Amino acid sequence: MKLAISAVEPHINSPFDARFGRCAFFIFVDTETHAWEASPNPALTSGGGAGTQAAQFIASQGAQAVISSSFGPNAYEALQAAGIKMYTALAGLVENIFGEFVSGELEEFSPPPDSGNNTWQGRHKRSRI
Amino acid sequence: MNNGTKQLVVLSGKGGTGKTCVTAALAHLASKDNPPVSLVLADADVDAANLELLIKPRILESQDFRGGQVAVIDEDNCQGCGVCAAVCRFEALHANNGTYRVDPIACDGCAACVTQCPEDAISMHEQIVGRWFRSESRYGPLFHAALRPAQDNSGKLVTLVKQHARLLAMDEGRQLALVDGPPGIGCPVISAASGADLALIVAEPSRAGVHDMRRVLSTTAHFGVPSLVCINKADINPEGTIEIETYCMQHGIPLAGRIPFDTGVIEAMVQGEPVTVYRPESPASRALHAVWVRVSDELQETPA
Amino acid sequence: MIIAVASGKGGTGKTTVAVSLALAIPSGSTTFLDCDVEAPNAHLYLEPKFTLHKDVGLPIPEVDEQLCTACGRCAEVCQYHAILVLAGKVLVFPELCHGCGSCTLNCPEDAIREVPDVLGKLEAGPAANGINFARGMLNVAEPMAVPVIRQLKNWQPFPDSALVIRDVPPGTSCPVVESILGADFVLLVTEPTPFGLHDLRLAAQLVRDLDLPAGVIVNRDGIGDSQVDEFCCEAGLPVLMRIPMERRIAESLARGQPLVESSPEYLPRFQELYARIQSLIEANGKEVQLAQIELVS
Repeated sequence: MKLAISAVEPHINSPFDARFGRCAFFIFVDTETHAWEASPNPALTSGGGAGTQAAQFIASQGAQAVISSSFGPNAYEALQAAGIKMYTALAGLVENIFGEFVSGELEEFSPPPDSGNNTWQGRHKRSRI
Repeated sequence: MNNGTKQLVVLSGKGGTGKTCVTAALAHLASKDNPPVSLVLADADVDAANLELLIKPRILESQDFRGGQVAVIDEDNCQGCGVCAAVCRFEALHANNGTYRVDPIACDGCAACVTQCPEDAISMHEQIVGRWFRSESRYGPLFHAALRPAQDNSGKLVTLVKQHARLLAMDEGRQLALVDGPPGIGCPVISAASGADLALIVAEPSRAGVHDMRRVLSTTAHFGVPSLVCINKADINPEGTIEIETYCMQHGIPLAGRIPFDTGVIEAMVQGEPVTVYRPESPASRALHAVWVRVSDELQETPA
Repeated sequence: MIIAVASGKGGTGKTTVAVSLALAIPSGSTTFLDCDVEAPNAHLYLEPKFTLHKDVGLPIPEVDEQLCTACGRCAEVCQYHAILVLAGKVLVFPELCHGCGSCTLNCPEDAIREVPDVLGKLEAGPAANGINFARGMLNVAEPMAVPVIRQLKNWQPFPDSALVIRDVPPGTSCPVVESILGADFVLLVTEPTPFGLHDLRLAAQLVRDLDLPAGVIVNRDGIGDSQVDEFCCEAGLPVLMRIPMERRIAESLARGQPLVESSPEYLPRFQELYARIQSLIEANGKEVQLAQIELVS
């Protein structure tokens, strides 16, 4: 399957970029063949909505899993809806993080417990007029 | 923040309560602590960035900030049909001599007009709406910005300034990111508070100050940022001070201290220094020492 | 006539000045508009009784899943990344939405309708001295103040007002611009300190970009230095009033007492201020008229 990893530079030896929505590049790796390609993150210079834009981008590239450091509530919701599994890593080289993923060392991301009213419990719900 | 860097944001709700003076004093006191706390500073009040007036930064790097985009009409192709103005929700399109013109200040950048123009005469252009700076200050690296007046996207610029501060803090293993926040409770404040480990609310005990303190505390609570309150110009309205203390007690919000009204603060500002540097024995300076102790204790208790 | 009271820097005394001006004018048809929808304070001084209320809604897209083909056009046109199409489903993120209507317009299946989402409220009613009071209030955790301010201005709960005084939020970005747009005159309230000066420059630039006549009020005069005065001189900004720093005044304002009440000697001063503003508008009026003729003919 195709895996996306947030990166600082456009190659497999790049340092890991901890930000999902505003990372500089995504490295897409095929977990079977280990072939990889790098794409610039279109959401890098976004106004609001970097998380949703980045989620849409990796979904459009066919990613089925993504590794970053943390995911904001909008990105989380979008990635969940797209069925893309989220994993976390802290730092290192993309290549090594890929290795950790393959050997099952990486943890799945879970949203922080009840951090604020409605940012994490589904969409920001306003009342209707 | 990762790797142990903690982030403190200084907010107020009401403008003019003393956020910047307090931030500068805390930066000074943190850097003089025993052992000194390594800092990175960020001025998130991008509309009216004043922190630099107290910490004498030397600019090392400056970059254009590209904010949103605005629509531009090619007058040669415009047939004056007015469909653009009909779909614009921001009153940004006006008839002018048989064609239409975009008001760049009113334009929100939605591009609805672009999609509806039958002549394809409209295109979106990115705008340079400000600059951001990386500087060296006496207390550590400072990231700050200046948004051009009348511009949109302060939230985006705040996020950018904080991101740079965050990355540098990670790279250099700095212990604390100190963020001077903007007034209000909207988008720039939400961006400034996002990701903070702790918010220090600088409240003034006027009726207006208490009213707005509640609103900003609701905001930080909503976004899950633990807060504490210090009362500035505390002797200006003793009733107000009691109201703030009661409110904080009822809501489990720690009090970081009371700072008396002190002309030394303005004298120090005129000299371009934090009050703790210029008038270290003044009542405000003494109170700020106590505030720093309380804040730094609270920071140590927040999970990394 | 519409007078906007702004400053750039927070806490210089905009509300103090705006409220004093409203109380000093015996017009009987003055509307006070508190445009600081994030942190409104004027009600603490003018004590309005709110009789009119209106929710502020932003039109948010709602997709009819029966008609939707997941073509993705809505996501393509949305400049704010507030609507996404993922795994054949449409997701809307209301807090990112600017209510522009583009997705709705561009859906080839007509599958989107707009439903107002509440992000704040408007309130109006009579206040002290026969002043008509209206304000907007942004709901906590909502990022966008501008739609609330815009709807407040358009609401017009008191259509026959001869004078409208707008209390503008601090800063120089879009909520401030929205609050000032349409005004005939901008009063810039500042304090004679380095912070006051720094932010007054920005506010002055804004007023120049908006091409509006302006004047300055120096509040807490005496606390800092003379650089603000020097700047006003260079910039050609008339200093229309000075309010000296007095602890007694600061304390009564802190208690919520308007300046012209704790210090009635200011009443005639604010009346004079109003008269000066009127003549400054007329003096600028001619040039403004000509400029408009050039643009519109």
